[in-house]
Amino acid sequence: MSVASSSEAPSLVVGGTRIDWIEKGAGAPLLFLHAENGIEPARAAIDELAGHARVMAPTHPGYGRSELPKGMRTIDDLSYFYLDVLDQLDARDLTVVGVSLGAWIAAEIAVKTTARMARLVMANAVGVKVSDRETRDIADIFALTEPEYIAIAYSDPKVGTRDYKALPDGEVLAAARAREATARYAWNPYFHNPRLKSRLHRIRIPTLFLWGSQDRMLSEPYGRAYCAMIPGARFETIDRAGHFPDHEQPKVFAEQVLAFARGK
Amino acid sequence: MRVYHFSEQAYYPAWNEHSGTLRVTFPNRKCDPRVAADLLHRYYDEWQLCDELGLDIMLNEHHQTATCMSSSVVIGLGIVARATKRSRILVLGYPIGHRPDPLRAAEELSTIDVISRGRLDMGFIKGIPYEIAASNRNPTELMDRFWEAHDFIIKAMTTHDEDFNWDGEFFQYRHVNVWPRVWQEPHPPIWSTTGSSTQARVLGERGYVMATLGTGYGTRRIYDAYRKSYMAKHGRAPGADRFAYLGLVAVSHDREEARRRGHLIAGYLRTSPIVALPFRNPPGYVPPEDNARMLRGETPPRTYTKDGRVISMQFASVDELVDSGVLFCGTPDEVYAQIVDFCGHCGGMGNLLMMGQGGELTHEQTVDNLALFSREVLPRLQAWQQPDAEAAAVAA
Repeated sequence: MSVASSSEAPSLVVGGTRIDWIEKGAGAPLLFLHAENGIEPARAAIDELAGHARVMAPTHPGYGRSELPKGMRTIDDLSYFYLDVLDQLDARDLTVVGVSLGAWIAAEIAVKTTARMARLVMANAVGVKVSDRETRDIADIFALTEPEYIAIAYSDPKVGTRDYKALPDGEVLAAARAREATARYAWNPYFHNPRLKSRLHRIRIPTLFLWGSQDRMLSEPYGRAYCAMIPGARFETIDRAGHFPDHEQPKVFAEQVLAFARGK
Repeated sequence: MRVYHFSEQAYYPAWNEHSGTLRVTFPNRKCDPRVAADLLHRYYDEWQLCDELGLDIMLNEHHQTATCMSSSVVIGLGIVARATKRSRILVLGYPIGHRPDPLRAAEELSTIDVISRGRLDMGFIKGIPYEIAASNRNPTELMDRFWEAHDFIIKAMTTHDEDFNWDGEFFQYRHVNVWPRVWQEPHPPIWSTTGSSTQARVLGERGYVMATLGTGYGTRRIYDAYRKSYMAKHGRAPGADRFAYLGLVAVSHDREEARRRGHLIAGYLRTSPIVALPFRNPPGYVPPEDNARMLRGETPPRTYTKDGRVISMQFASVDELVDSGVLFCGTPDEVYAQIVDFCGHCGGMGNLLMMGQGGELTHEQTVDNLALFSREVLPRLQAWQQPDAEAAAVAA
C-alpha cells in the first residue's frame, strides 16, 4: 500500500501530488468523495461507513492540506487524478460514494471507465444542467452570505453553522481553501459540465441517487431528472437532511449506502 | 508634477433609491437614459475643459452600478482622444484580466494612441471584486489571466515586421498583427494600481507607474516596497514620476464653499462601498490565509491619518479625510500646502490623480473647482521640487 504517514495525518502521493487520505474499517472497499465543504463535515459519516466497509476518503486537491497541482482547474482534471489514484491502488470492485461536488467527480470518473467500480452512489449530486438557460438550477452560493447559504443548504442550520473564532487555525484555513477550490472547479460553467449529460448513458453499473430532501440549494426534481439520465439508476430520499446528508444524518446516510453496497 | 482630473461619472440621482446595494444587482430601472445622457455629456464637457486648463485626464470603468456609468472605458477614451488636443489621457484602468479578447484590447488602445497622437497612458488593472459578476471570470485565476493578457498586449504592440503566433494558457491566436500600430514607441506608458506591498514589489521590478487610492498616510509603506524592488532590479532609485496617488480635491477662496465641495465629492467614498456583502470578496480574490483571518473577523485597516489614527473612508468627516490625505480641501494656499506635505511624506509623488468631480458636485461647482485649481495650485505644484529620489530609496 502506498499510503505515506506524516506526523500530522496520513497522506497519499499520486503523480507527485500529496493529498490527505483517510483509510479505516474492514470489508468491501468503498471510496468516499467529499462535497465542496471539505472533509471535516463528513467525518461522522466516514466513521459510520467504516463500521462495515474499508473506507478510503481522500481530501481533494486544493482542499484541506492537500496540494493543488499546477494547471488543475476542472472536475474533469480531478476525475483523471482519481483514475490515477485507483490505478495506483489497484482498486477492484469499489463502491464509489460522492456527495454534491464529490458526486460530480464520481460521475466524471464513471463516464470514462467503471472498470474498477462495482457500484455508484450520488448524493445531492451536481454536475449537469437540467432546466432552460434562464433558470438557475443551482442556487448561486457565491452571491449569498454564509448564514443565507447555511439556511438553504441545511435542514437544521445549527448543524452547518461554524464559529470561526473558536475553531482551530487549520480548520479555518481549510474552510477558506474549500471556498477557493470550489470556485476554481465550479465557477463557470456553474457547478456543471455541459458535456456530461450526453455521456452519462455510459454508466452501466448499479447507481443510487440519495437525496437530502430539505435541500434548497438544489431541488429534488433536479435530482430526479439527473437520476433519469443514468440507465437503471434508483432514487431514494433522506429526511431531515439538506444538501449534505452525510453531515446532517450520518447514520441514516451510511445505512442506506451500505445496504445498497451489499446489493439491496 | 502632472495632475489628471478624474470623475467616476456617477448616476447620483439614484443613490437614495437602493435597498442595500448600489452595484451588481441594483436594477437599471432606476436609470433614466435621458438623465444619464445629460450627465455623461456634462462629464465629457468637464474633461474637454481640462484640455484648455492644462490638466490631464483620467478615465476608468466599472460595471452594473449607479456609482459609475463608464461601463466600457474605450468609449470614453475614444471621445476624449478626439475632443482634446493637449492633455495626457490615462486609463486607470483597463481590467484586461476580465476581457475575453486581449487582441481586441491591443487594437482599441493602439487606435486611441494614434487618434490622440501619442497621449495615451495605459493603466492595466485587476479590477475591484464587484466586477467579477459582470465578466463571470473565475476569480481564482484572474491574476494569471491578467499577466498573460498583459504579456500578449505588449507583444502585440511591439511586433511590427511579421504576424506572430500565441498559444497561451488562456488565449490563442495564429496571426497577430495590430493595425494601426501604436504612436508611442515602444508602447504607451504602463500604469497599474495596488493597495498591497506584495504587488508593489512586482510593479517596482517592472518599473511601471504605480497608483494607490485611499491609502492616505499609509502610502509611504507601499511606495517603499516599490522603491526597494525597483532599486534591486534597476540599480537606481525610481523617480517621483513612477508614483501616482488618487486624492479628492475641493478648492475655493471661500473656506466654507471648499468644505461643501469636499463633502459633495466625498459622496463617492460614502456610496462606493454600498454593495451586497457576498460580492465584496469573491473566492480566490485574496489568498486563503487572508480569507482565514477575515473569517475570524480580523480585517486590516486601510486608511490612516498623519498621526496614525485609523479612519473609515465611508463614514469619515471632511476634517478626518483631510487629516488622512484622502481629501485635499480649502483655499488654493491650503490645498497646495496639503498636497506638498503629503508628497513629502511619501518621499516623492509625481502624478496627482485628482478627483475634481464626485457625487453631487454640480457642473458649475466643478468648472470653478477645476479652473481655480489649474490657475492657482497647478503652477506651484509643477514648480515644486520633489524630495531627493535616491535619499527616499535608501531610506526605504
